Amino acid sequence: MQVPDLIPVVPEILMTILVLSLLVIDLFIKQKEYIAVYTVVGSLLVIISVFYCTGVTFKGMFVADSYSIFFKMIFLINVIFAAIISVEYLKKRASLYGEYYVLLVFATIGMMIMASAGNLIVLYLGLELMALSTYVLAGIIRTDGLSTEAAVKYFLLGAFSSAILLYGISLLYGITGSLDIREIGLYIAKEGIINNKLLLLGLVFFITSFGFKIAAAPFHMWTPDVYHGAPTSITAFMSVGPKAAAFAIFGRVFMIVFPALSGSWVNLLIPIAILTMAVGNIVALAQTNIKRMLAYSSIAHAGYALLGIIAASNEGLSAMMNYMLIYLFMNVGAFILVIMLNNQAKVGDSIHDYRGLSKSNPLAAFLMLIIMFSLTGIPPTAGFMGKLYLFMAVVNAGYGWLAVVAVIFSAISAFYYLRIVMFMFMNESIEEVKLSLVDVNGLLLIIVVFMVLFIGVNPQPFVELARLAIL
Amino acid sequence: MLNQIIFGYFAVTMISLALIVITRKNIMHSIVYMLILFFHIAGLYLFLNAEFLAAIQIIVYAGAIMVLFLFVIMLLNLREELRKSRFAITWPIGAIFVVLSAVMIIISVFGNRFANVGNVKISDIEKVGHTVAVGKLLFVEYLFPFEVASLILLVAIVGAIVLAKKEIK
Repeated sequence: MQVPDLIPVVPEILMTILVLSLLVIDLFIKQKEYIAVYTVVGSLLVIISVFYCTGVTFKGMFVADSYSIFFKMIFLINVIFAAIISVEYLKKRASLYGEYYVLLVFATIGMMIMASAGNLIVLYLGLELMALSTYVLAGIIRTDGLSTEAAVKYFLLGAFSSAILLYGISLLYGITGSLDIREIGLYIAKEGIINNKLLLLGLVFFITSFGFKIAAAPFHMWTPDVYHGAPTSITAFMSVGPKAAAFAIFGRVFMIVFPALSGSWVNLLIPIAILTMAVGNIVALAQTNIKRMLAYSSIAHAGYALLGIIAASNEGLSAMMNYMLIYLFMNVGAFILVIMLNNQAKVGDSIHDYRGLSKSNPLAAFLMLIIMFSLTGIPPTAGFMGKLYLFMAVVNAGYGWLAVVAVIFSAISAFYYLRIVMFMFMNESIEEVKLSLVDVNGLLLIIVVFMVLFIGVNPQPFVELARLAIL
Repeated sequence: MLNQIIFGYFAVTMISLALIVITRKNIMHSIVYMLILFFHIAGLYLFLNAEFLAAIQIIVYAGAIMVLFLFVIMLLNLREELRKSRFAITWPIGAIFVVLSAVMIIISVFGNRFANVGNVKISDIEKVGHTVAVGKLLFVEYLFPFEVASLILLVAIVGAIVLAKKEIK
């Protein structure tokens, strides 16, 4: 018996070692902040290893190509951010457990496996690993009813979507006799069965369950409640990580398994993308809770990113990947400020708490302004560049009208993002809040805003990185 | 012909049992019907020459999972449940979607085609024994998913403890 090549799996193995050692160290360390530091340092080391471990192993089940490396980079940066911003937030709520970090890392391992999945079984197991950990994380503040409710809702709907995905996988297996993503794609092309109804049904099931994971309308119903109820640090974590992971498998499965059917799935995805942008942007207008507003905004951003898949080209795929990286920075930036305000006992999640923030904390308000500009897509921020590449990809794929629709919706989004800016700069504050920017959260916020501006004025290296990473 | 009749029996019975499970008012009755459903699934595995899976189905589902269900039911207030209406008010909307999906699935099934069956024949399996065949597949071919599954189990343990432990220090 020969031993399989383990080099491509080294990042996942290192992460598993990290998580197992976390479980043990947690027993001896009373100061849980050190566990956060350990998680951050470990994840940083894994980021380095990711770039050196490429190849295909386990008979094509695990594919560490440049496509998966790009996504793994996103996941690992995401887990580092989440680990840092959680410390003070959870301490204030007496919920800073070592297990929290264990679950964060477990969820990240699941995402990494999803991004590298070359086999539908591996894809499903990676997804379950990620999902199970996030269900628990959503409910980690056990004394908070909202948090528990979020966990239960997320779990029930997540279980449904997993079942639908399994049904789709079983149909594909029945039709093609294989679970290997590449083999299925080749088989479909060889046999010319693109009009097979059962295959189309499998495609619909895949769209449904992936649509659930990226929070696309009409599968978005869980998003506002879960994002609102979950601890804010977890909301920041799961509005980027699982979404990017779902986009990773979306791209891989649709570009490798179903390229021959692209006529069918583009027609299915266009209405979904338009509906997603509409629901996300229009319902966000009515939100007064910033976490709910960001939840709807995250639905809207999933709609924009879907445009990259609709383009069904390598250009679209790299635009989508680039957008996920940019979304990571701007979304985490927005949540850092929410968390910093949350950490002040006096203020809550209402958008009215942002009134007059520029008077008491001019720098923090200015940083938030940049992030809100970026989420709207105003130059010279990264958000503008991300949207530009996405819309360009859609136009080049021949859907110019879709780009126009997307631009209109992002103009609508300016209303609710800039409302926060207006509250911060043009209103008198009700309560004075003093935010310190010299603690870890503040420093992280500055770094994130720097990245948003840096990608905004100098997007070329990141675009090139994403372009190299295409399938 | 006999094959089709046996499979037809299992298929029809399993779907009816599943419907019965979700429509019973008394959750205890649901559980008993689910037990019968599990035995039918095991029967279907036997019919497919998968004795090992059939045994596992009975041990894990009919044995362990069933006991778990019973434990949970002991924690519920059954009398309260019995008085409540079985479904939410919106059930007709759900029913419409279910019927539509069923129609969609039935239409698609007519486009049915099957790929070449895998290269493992029943006679090969009989030569080495079913358990050996499954074990080899699991630990050689599917080693990586198998290891990932072990991580999922670990998450389940950690998650259960985090959510259910009385007080975490």
